[in-house]
Amino acid sequence: MADTAQNALSGPQGPKPRKRLSRNNILIYGTLIVVALYYLLPLYVMVVTSLKGMPEIRLGNIFAPPVEITFEPWVKAWSQACTGLNCDGLSRGFWNSVQITVPSVLVSILIASVNGYALANWRFKGADMFFTILIFGAFIPYQVMLYPLVIILREIGLYGSLWGLVIVHSIFGMPILTLLFRNYFTALPEELFKAARVDGAGFWQIYWQIMVPMSLPIFVVAMILQVTGIWNDFLFGVIYTKPDLYPMTVQLNNIVNSVQGVKEYNVNMAATLLTGLVPLVIYFVSGKLFVRGIAAGAVKG
Amino acid sequence: MTASDPSISIKNLDLSFGAVRVLKDLNLDVAQGEFVVLLGSSGCGKSTLLNCIAGLLDVTAGQIFIGGQNVTWEEPSKRGIGMVFQSYALYPQMTVEGNLAFGLKNAGVPKDEIRAKIARAAEVLQIEPLLKRKPAALSGGQRQRVAIGRALVRDVDVFLFDEPLSNLDAKLRADLRVEIKQLHATLGNTMIYVTHDQIEAMTLADRIAIMKGGHVLQFAAPHEIYNRPNCLYVAEFIGSPSMNFLDGVVSGGSFASDVGSFALEGYGFAAEPGTAPAVFGIRPEHIASGAAAAEMPIRLDSTIELVEPLGSDTLARVRVGEQKLWVRMDGQASVTPGSALPIGFSAERAHLFDKSSEARL
Amino acid sequence: MAASRPKSLFRNLNAKIAAIPMILTALVVFTGGTIWTVAYSFTKSGLLPKWKFIGLDQYERLWGSRRWMISIENLFIYGACMLVLSFVIGFILAALMDQKIRFENTFRTIILYPFALSFIVTGLVWQWLLNPDLGVQSVIRALGWESFDFDPLYTAEIAIYGVLIAGLWQGTGLIMVLMLAGLRGIDQDIWKAAKVDGIPAWKTYIFIIIPMMRPVFITTLVIVASGIVKVYDLIVAQTGGGPGIATEMPAKYVYDYMFGGQNLGQGFAASTMMLLAVLIVVIPWAMLEFGGKKRG
Repeated sequence: MADTAQNALSGPQGPKPRKRLSRNNILIYGTLIVVALYYLLPLYVMVVTSLKGMPEIRLGNIFAPPVEITFEPWVKAWSQACTGLNCDGLSRGFWNSVQITVPSVLVSILIASVNGYALANWRFKGADMFFTILIFGAFIPYQVMLYPLVIILREIGLYGSLWGLVIVHSIFGMPILTLLFRNYFTALPEELFKAARVDGAGFWQIYWQIMVPMSLPIFVVAMILQVTGIWNDFLFGVIYTKPDLYPMTVQLNNIVNSVQGVKEYNVNMAATLLTGLVPLVIYFVSGKLFVRGIAAGAVKG
Repeated sequence: MTASDPSISIKNLDLSFGAVRVLKDLNLDVAQGEFVVLLGSSGCGKSTLLNCIAGLLDVTAGQIFIGGQNVTWEEPSKRGIGMVFQSYALYPQMTVEGNLAFGLKNAGVPKDEIRAKIARAAEVLQIEPLLKRKPAALSGGQRQRVAIGRALVRDVDVFLFDEPLSNLDAKLRADLRVEIKQLHATLGNTMIYVTHDQIEAMTLADRIAIMKGGHVLQFAAPHEIYNRPNCLYVAEFIGSPSMNFLDGVVSGGSFASDVGSFALEGYGFAAEPGTAPAVFGIRPEHIASGAAAAEMPIRLDSTIELVEPLGSDTLARVRVGEQKLWVRMDGQASVTPGSALPIGFSAERAHLFDKSSEARL
Repeated sequence: MAASRPKSLFRNLNAKIAAIPMILTALVVFTGGTIWTVAYSFTKSGLLPKWKFIGLDQYERLWGSRRWMISIENLFIYGACMLVLSFVIGFILAALMDQKIRFENTFRTIILYPFALSFIVTGLVWQWLLNPDLGVQSVIRALGWESFDFDPLYTAEIAIYGVLIAGLWQGTGLIMVLMLAGLRGIDQDIWKAAKVDGIPAWKTYIFIIIPMMRPVFITTLVIVASGIVKVYDLIVAQTGGGPGIATEMPAKYVYDYMFGGQNLGQGFAASTMMLLAVLIVVIPWAMLEFGGKKRG
């Protein structure tokens, strides 16, 4: 008995000592830091290259920080860089992209949210069938629908116009957005909807006065998803608009991959950064909501 | 419409979801000002029935009358009903006042009239200090009061309650139960109340409708349901712990089972049966034990297996032969598992059911 | 006074109005468009669609074309490597992030940011990084390793791997995030139970956690796979299909023939083949996912 009493006093007591730099921790943090550096490298290279003059680029290595910082490439990329067609720089593409993105985001979200609400709360016969086709459509390579859409848009006189592209973005954004909104509205308590109906509110009243105010987070998620998606689009912009309406991505590709003249890598990198800036800013500002957006898109409800 | 007309009348109601028939040829008449509780275990169709009355579900067949009018295809808001939900269903982005006003605004009621109605409802429910708050800033009990207020302001004839107290803790539940009863006494509206809690049902109801599998099994006053359950299911469902049942055969005024056979003297047969397999039921509280057992016409010797002291009374599970029975006895009774206990009961308090049809004999 | 039963077409009318865009999209664009393209892939359409049936001629030409064969080969190499590597890397990163580490948000933000960028931007950055005269190769040579040779974008045999590097950089973050969400969705009691039973962490992952995450894996697989088939912008920006035709992809083949080559029939046939490839992936998944259970 005396023995155990002795043990009780001298044995382990209090908080267990913890090693800050355990082998496991070194492994975990070491791996993550190396990976993080690898992921940051291209961004770093873009930034430093865009701040160097051409002579420095030809001589130095791409990872070296600029000896002499110049903003000349940024100015040139924005306002003077040439594509095969014009020398307006990226600014033209930027404003085109703004013109395309704003109405496309608004229209696609409006359509999809109302549709998701109808599917969640006002189910009608056949609704599920159309919805299934819609979701299935998200997986069909859109290459098979490209040309039929050209014909449809031409028939309604919108081929090559801004609104034609808005329609195209609304169509191809519909499956994922409708799924997003339907799942969100379905997860709201059904009794709220019932209470509003007992209170005499109709389809649109419930949508605007009950559902929308309760669903602001999902609208933000949808906005993030759509703004980045539409801003980053290249293919639809090329196919469904005319050259003077080309979005920024197309303009960028035409500048960088233009075969005329000497390659100005610093201007190219500045242009690339400029094009990536809008989604990057949205990404860094929105943080967790962006993650939630893509996770919501992936995980079915 | 005259006073004797039922407030709510449900005729041959049927509801199917695809191949599943949830309500089956259901009939129910609720009198003006009556408090009716729909009681049953989950999946019995009680909430579905309430949603049909509210117009939140389209019926497959049959008719629903409220206040003498056929409202089978009417919009929920046009039926003259108010509804209170289990999750309260308060609109989270509106203040309490906004919640109360929403229905009135939709109905196009003038502003000052809305204000007057809200003031009156707030006074009845004592929620005046809460009017400017959002639902998130209210306690569970306060939320449920607001939810009741939302039905109250609309001046409707019929209140529908869908398990309104299930999300509250036991103490609050008991308090609000009393308040709802008080409210009914004050307003005198027709109320239909869905619950799975038999205490709520027994305490609140003028009449209880016990439902199972889309049917109403028994529709009667609480004491009638307790004292004269019309079938085996109702007998088993009402009462806690459940009624004790013995399988056996009834013949010529006596009942024979494996614990012995006894005379059914004093039992009020609905119709004198011949010889038939039957189930004999006796509630734990109607079994006398110890010295009191000696005065009962039917006496048995049992062994105590298990004791559950509840304070106010004590439950004991006893064995008679192979049969296990629950006995309720005084809270002060000192009993120990393993000891012998004489028990006794009277056929007057017993219930007999046909073995095959499960109907009361 | 009873409301008359509204005619069934007009019942719930607002919901039906709200669903018109969906119905049109589902029927006209998705179903109609697909059928139209498949049907016209059997015709002699050139500059304009022309309903002149020529059987499987377009497909024979397609499969006889060297460019298409290279496209298919590239798609397989790129697809297989992308799937395997991005899943392995993505899962390992997610598992590391799930160790209750500090700065989790920072790491996640860094690893996911490329996903916010367009394929055009991704392609151009990596075109620059892999530039043989000024990029990674020249930097390493300048460090003293003169014989170092890493020039994927100008070496036909390995050019597709240059694209793969860029694709992985852009897409792995997404997989990590999805996997992390899956890991977080697992009941923490499982970990406690495994710890009490003395099962090492790696064993718990392989034998318990990964099997439990099957649905997440499958959903991610379908998303990533259907994205791989559509790869187009990345190629256009990074290599333009070159050197020569070394990095051609089916989606680019479709676009070039449909809108550049004035040979619609080829474009239709090639896109139909892409559809077929996707259906082979999606239909078994859909049957697995939705076939068994039917929710009310």
